[in-house]
Amino acid sequence: MADDQTDNRPLVEPEHVGPEYAVAERDVAELVTGEVVAGSSLWRDAWRRLLRNKLAVFGMFIVLLLAIASVIGPTIIKRATGYTYDSIPKDAAQLKSFAPFRAPDGRFSWAHPMGTDNTGRDILARVLSGGQISLMVALIATLVSLLIGISYGAVAGYVGGRVDDLMMRIVDVLYSLPYVILVIVLLALLPAKTPTAQLAELFFALGAVSWLTMARIVRGQIMSLKNQDFVLAARATGVSTPRIIFRHLVPNALGPVIVYATLTIPSVMLSEAFLSFLGLGVRPPRVSWGSLAAEGAQNLAIYPWQLIFPGVTMALMLFSLNFVGDGLRDALDPQTRKQ
Amino acid sequence: MLRFILRRIIVIIPMLFVIVSLTWVLVRLAPGNFYTGEKKLPPAIENNLREKYGLNKPWHVQYRKVLWNVARFDFGNSLKYEGQSVNQILWRTLPVSAALGLTAYLFALIAGITMGTLAALKQNSWLDYGSMTIAMLGISIPNFVLGPLLVLAFSLTLYWFPPALWNGFPSKSIVLPALTLSAIYIAYIARLTRSGMLEVLRSDYIRTARAKGLTERQVVMRHALRGGLLPVVSFSGPALAFLITGTVVVERVFALPGLGNYFINACFNRDEPLIIGIVAFIAITVLIFNLLVDISYAFIDPRIRY
Repeated sequence: MADDQTDNRPLVEPEHVGPEYAVAERDVAELVTGEVVAGSSLWRDAWRRLLRNKLAVFGMFIVLLLAIASVIGPTIIKRATGYTYDSIPKDAAQLKSFAPFRAPDGRFSWAHPMGTDNTGRDILARVLSGGQISLMVALIATLVSLLIGISYGAVAGYVGGRVDDLMMRIVDVLYSLPYVILVIVLLALLPAKTPTAQLAELFFALGAVSWLTMARIVRGQIMSLKNQDFVLAARATGVSTPRIIFRHLVPNALGPVIVYATLTIPSVMLSEAFLSFLGLGVRPPRVSWGSLAAEGAQNLAIYPWQLIFPGVTMALMLFSLNFVGDGLRDALDPQTRKQ
Repeated sequence: MLRFILRRIIVIIPMLFVIVSLTWVLVRLAPGNFYTGEKKLPPAIENNLREKYGLNKPWHVQYRKVLWNVARFDFGNSLKYEGQSVNQILWRTLPVSAALGLTAYLFALIAGITMGTLAALKQNSWLDYGSMTIAMLGISIPNFVLGPLLVLAFSLTLYWFPPALWNGFPSKSIVLPALTLSAIYIAYIARLTRSGMLEVLRSDYIRTARAKGLTERQVVMRHALRGGLLPVVSFSGPALAFLITGTVVVERVFALPGLGNYFINACFNRDEPLIIGIVAFIAITVLIFNLLVDISYAFIDPRIRY
């Protein structure tokens, strides 16, 4: 669930970040000579390594496919057939759950490839619209956690000393809080007025609980980088502290951050689904993969397709995202790849 | 070491205070009350109810009472389940959740360690890829999808196990919930075991063990496993957090009378004493468990000093 800190597969060790200095060195070089220096090949190398990993490429393909389908699918369905994820058929005979590829008269039909739900709404359209919401929640909550985690970790790591002690102590304390419990209480007792406001509450709640590990990773990276010569050079040329942190140090720490962010996306997506399943997340008329699965689970015995399609789509997405995350980690950190 | 433990125990108290206070504030901020339903109550009855549950007293009196209740671990009566105290509900539901969680964890340990060890011993074979793909599936399939699918296959098609409800601890009714709950642990433990074993198998003392002529079986069982399982031991800390969120969902899917199910119902019912009681109970458990895990690190890994 939100307990992404349990993922203790090794992230990039601080001493392995060597070639990434190039980015900020370029910045310093730019300051000194006024010339733009050609970029390093680190990212290109990593990209090549990533492409060699078949599972990761397969994962990327599925992720892109599902993402594109979710973004443009509902519009296409609406253009082609006129219905959306929430359109209930006018004809009373159609107000029931049809099996995949079945027309009301029981014969084969292309109208609903994934069947319909209890009120005759097309499940394909619902799964795709649900994908939009699930992806959006996952991306925005991950961005929130990135924003908080990077700022917090970078400041703690760069300033150091007492401030660092205090800031990391706070993180330690927050780590041991049973977060999910508090999030459940928050969402159950203070449901937002509108479905849109509810989404905002979800972004906030999920983002706010998943930045801790990010802060730790960034801090570790910054601590190992801040005594490097290029920082000294930047300081010597009179670059301000915020600029050193965010222009010189943070870009050099990006490798592990990207890897961790890629792994945060599926974990946040799972948390959203978990909350929606409990009836605390996305509310009708909006749908997400989690709320669709919750609906489907109730009608499992008679209409199993109501659960299977959203459930399997979601599992496929999570599966692929995890493979991409693993692949990215291996690509950005060749040291761990041998294992 | 002793100072470290003492310091950590002292930190637990303010943390518990913060958690309980936060929960209480949330309960109080929430619009409505436990008695607000579809029907509007006559003012006289509402007044009586408020009187009975002390809701007409000033907030600081009520707050102090909540803190006092937590301090002596007696949370008073539930508002929804009339005539039952929160403590009674806690002690009745805990065994269900604990039996479920422990069975799942035990099952995951056996399956996960076996899978991870085999994968490490036959690195880059189909066995390795196969177990790691299964592990990845375990991480990726949400338990509220896996649970109903297992029900569909094993209860509604094959009629092997009951689809829901609870028939006491050693009974068929625990199999599917425990299996559902254990999937993610199997996955994590298999992955941790594999990477731990791979590292250990390359180390010098394993080469020594082989060199002195031990059979492969002895090398693995007696030497490699002990070192390779360290990451699995340290996983038991975060595992508890997983267990709590996991049981909430699994108990909901299988309609089990466990702590998690009651907790969600309490939130929806605004059953204040029950919410506070369960949150405090879970918080105490998690905080103490984290402390134990931190202490055990020092024993497992001599390099760690506090």
